[in-house]
Amino acid sequence: MPENTKNMPTVRGAKISKYPIEHFVADPEDTPIQATDSAVSTEAPVSLWLEAWRNLRTQPLFLISAFLILAVIFVALFPGLFTNEQPNAQCMLANSDGGPAPGHPLGFTQQGCDILARVMYGTQSSLTIGLFATLSIVVFGGTIGAVSGFFGGWVDAVLARLGDIFFALPLILGAIVVVQIPFFRENRNVWTIVLILAAFGWPQIARITRAAVIEVRDADFVIAARSLGVSRTGALVRHVIPNSLAPVIVIATISLGVFIVAESTLSYLGIGLPPDVMSWGNDIFSAKSSLRSNPMALFWPALALSLTVLSFIMLGDALQDALDPKARKR
Amino acid sequence: MNGETMTKETTDEAAMPRPLLELRDLAISFKTGNGDVDAVRKANLTILPGETVAIVGESGSGKSTTALAAIGLLPRNGRVAGGTMLFDGEDITHASEKRMIELRGSSIGMVPQDPMSNLNPVWNIGFQVKETLRANALPHQKKDVAKVLTEAGLPRAEERANQYPHEFSGGMRQRALIAIGLSCRPRLLIADEPTSALDVTVQRQILDHLDTMTTDLGTAVLLITHDLGLAAERAHKVVVMYKGQVVEAGPAVELLTNPRHPYTQRLVSSAPSLASRRIESAKERGQASDEVLANEESTGSDDVIEVRNLVKNYKIRGELGKSTEFRAVDDVSFSIKRGTTTAVVGESGSGKSTVAKMVLGLEDASEGSILFDGVDLTSLSRKEMFAFRRRVQPIFQDPFGSLDPMYNIFRTIEEPLRVHRIGNAKEREKKVRALLDQVALPASMMQRFPNELSGGQRQRVAIARALALDPEVVICDEAVSALDVLVQAQVLNLLADLQTELGLSYLFITHDLAVVRQIADHVCVMEKGQLVESGSTDDVFDAPQTEYTRSLLDAIPGAGLMLPPEVA
Repeated sequence: MPENTKNMPTVRGAKISKYPIEHFVADPEDTPIQATDSAVSTEAPVSLWLEAWRNLRTQPLFLISAFLILAVIFVALFPGLFTNEQPNAQCMLANSDGGPAPGHPLGFTQQGCDILARVMYGTQSSLTIGLFATLSIVVFGGTIGAVSGFFGGWVDAVLARLGDIFFALPLILGAIVVVQIPFFRENRNVWTIVLILAAFGWPQIARITRAAVIEVRDADFVIAARSLGVSRTGALVRHVIPNSLAPVIVIATISLGVFIVAESTLSYLGIGLPPDVMSWGNDIFSAKSSLRSNPMALFWPALALSLTVLSFIMLGDALQDALDPKARKR
Repeated sequence: MNGETMTKETTDEAAMPRPLLELRDLAISFKTGNGDVDAVRKANLTILPGETVAIVGESGSGKSTTALAAIGLLPRNGRVAGGTMLFDGEDITHASEKRMIELRGSSIGMVPQDPMSNLNPVWNIGFQVKETLRANALPHQKKDVAKVLTEAGLPRAEERANQYPHEFSGGMRQRALIAIGLSCRPRLLIADEPTSALDVTVQRQILDHLDTMTTDLGTAVLLITHDLGLAAERAHKVVVMYKGQVVEAGPAVELLTNPRHPYTQRLVSSAPSLASRRIESAKERGQASDEVLANEESTGSDDVIEVRNLVKNYKIRGELGKSTEFRAVDDVSFSIKRGTTTAVVGESGSGKSTVAKMVLGLEDASEGSILFDGVDLTSLSRKEMFAFRRRVQPIFQDPFGSLDPMYNIFRTIEEPLRVHRIGNAKEREKKVRALLDQVALPASMMQRFPNELSGGQRQRVAIARALALDPEVVICDEAVSALDVLVQAQVLNLLADLQTELGLSYLFITHDLAVVRQIADHVCVMEKGQLVESGSTDDVFDAPQTEYTRSLLDAIPGAGLMLPPEVA
């Protein structure tokens, strides 16, 4: 390289110390070198979900909430296993506000119905509403959010403003208004309540999904997929959405609890499920009048409601820790 | 044990001053989910007052951890598990937090790695300097702040102090950080990769300035870097770390010219430098690379890609809704001959990546044309574009971002085959196995996920994916710049082998001239959107025609130190 010496300083820097510096070399025996970037490993492959699961299953918060939720689901599926009473058939006014009796460990309501039976059977409608309302907001809100986040531009502007309109209406207030519409007034059942809750709940999931999608949208692996020939929609479905699911799952879990509360609130206000459908909200409502004489009639459905909601919110917290994108990067 | 005897000798030397920082048999371990992990083992290090010592090592070698331990800033799950740390004779191994706070800033300063994230964006620069001065009970009037900034080489410091970090360029931010680090006149400055996020020419200015300042003030510097050339050029003494252990330490120049530990030898031999030559895998296969080139030229102008007068304008928002045009690429023309490598070199903001995106068809050109095999890309229909995608494939810079974390390796490499409906499931699997073999990864890798792979392995997976469709051109956008030196050499060799094996043409986008020398046949140098020089690699490197190219070449750390093995 003699020809370019004129362009380059021969030895720039090269500091020489005033003091002698010994040349230390570690014993190669002590410091074995491994092959550069060795790819041989015997461990079983671990996907991100598996890694999150491994992280989750050691968290007490997750274990407690998962146990509670499984118990609630089990009760909802087989309420008959926990009580011998048919909740509506055997209400006898003779038992009105009665205390615990053999076969009726939690006592009776004002109408003389077995509290335990009502609480157990009430699980069903609360859980159904929570589950299906959440499912519908995830599907509907998730799609809207993903589309508006991924395509941006005027699509985003229109969808995001639409979401804002619904977001501005408080859920309970909106529900009170909608229930006054004749169709809903005449067909009050679990499914109309799901519809109403979903109608006002979707913008939150849409916002979360939109933000998550925008974050992933410009990632290198999406550009790589596009330059492989994957279409825009293909990239959205195959790469962007799976990578934006984590925050959506967290929020969905928490909203499941929120929807169960919302159903109870509506039922309590007398505009939710009709009185003949068993639900915690209805029970709390009817126990209101006997609050002083028989507080237990209010306590048990309220406890069931709080425990269920608490366990879903705790599960959401535990999931957030496990799925946190920052923790992922190691 | 070896190190212990050595430190004894050091202290016995009568003329030797007392070491400013001395680490003896330092061991650091981290608590993780899988038990304790030893990050540093039996590390010995001595820094004399006023001396510059560089720790060199690849990522995960424990170099930053060692430095952080010295100022008591280990992450929460880390602890000093053994050995002693002496600062000016005082044992600080288990010093109280209060004592460490006293030392930090006033006695030990720190310049962090990433100038983009280490300044608080909501406070102006002056405030952040003032904060440091105040924390160390020094005068912190406006003029003191300005003085500190001026010393770090910021022009018009008084005005600049009122600006916010986002108004500063990367180099200016790093100067501000150096100003903060040196503002309290520490006796030891720890500089953790102070310039690795900067362009080479800026890097040189910053390091020169840091040199002058620390020499004037008599500050000792502990420089942490992955760049052997930079370490050799800037330090009195170089310490090489590998997997948490010090493998070799000694005077900078001697260590470089006469490496004794096998790891150091490997490191020195694979460090890319201007002196290195084109990787010639063709030669090894019994065909001189000159011949390959000659063959190409004899077949006439067989240009795979020809870029003609390419222009790209971006609209940027101006005042009051008015948008102004910003010309990212300005009248660029070059061509890539079949089977050769053309490198586009430039610093950040030179428009080199925009050129790559346009050639990939991911961005539309504002003016000019890109001819692929003589056909203009802009004239292609959607369907033809889909076919074009098969023939040109990208490899991206960030090995951690270019693979979908949800896809296992098999699905990642299979995806292009599935998208283009090639073969049935069985044939595709066979193809994936063959591709993994080509990039020297075991087939057992198929079921793994990107998060389980190292950077180099991910990059090899990315190469396998790019090759799945048997493309003619591969566009490497900074494909090796995020990798450690040894891994980088490995990937560059792989790319060279694949080129001869498959007759690929590469468009290599990079900021690293040393890499260019190793892989490219032709070079285009870009500056601020314009092509300032182009020619064969040897011509451009041996006889650069423009001032800009010359300054780029000149700024490469260790340019004059790194000698080819046969000369050394």
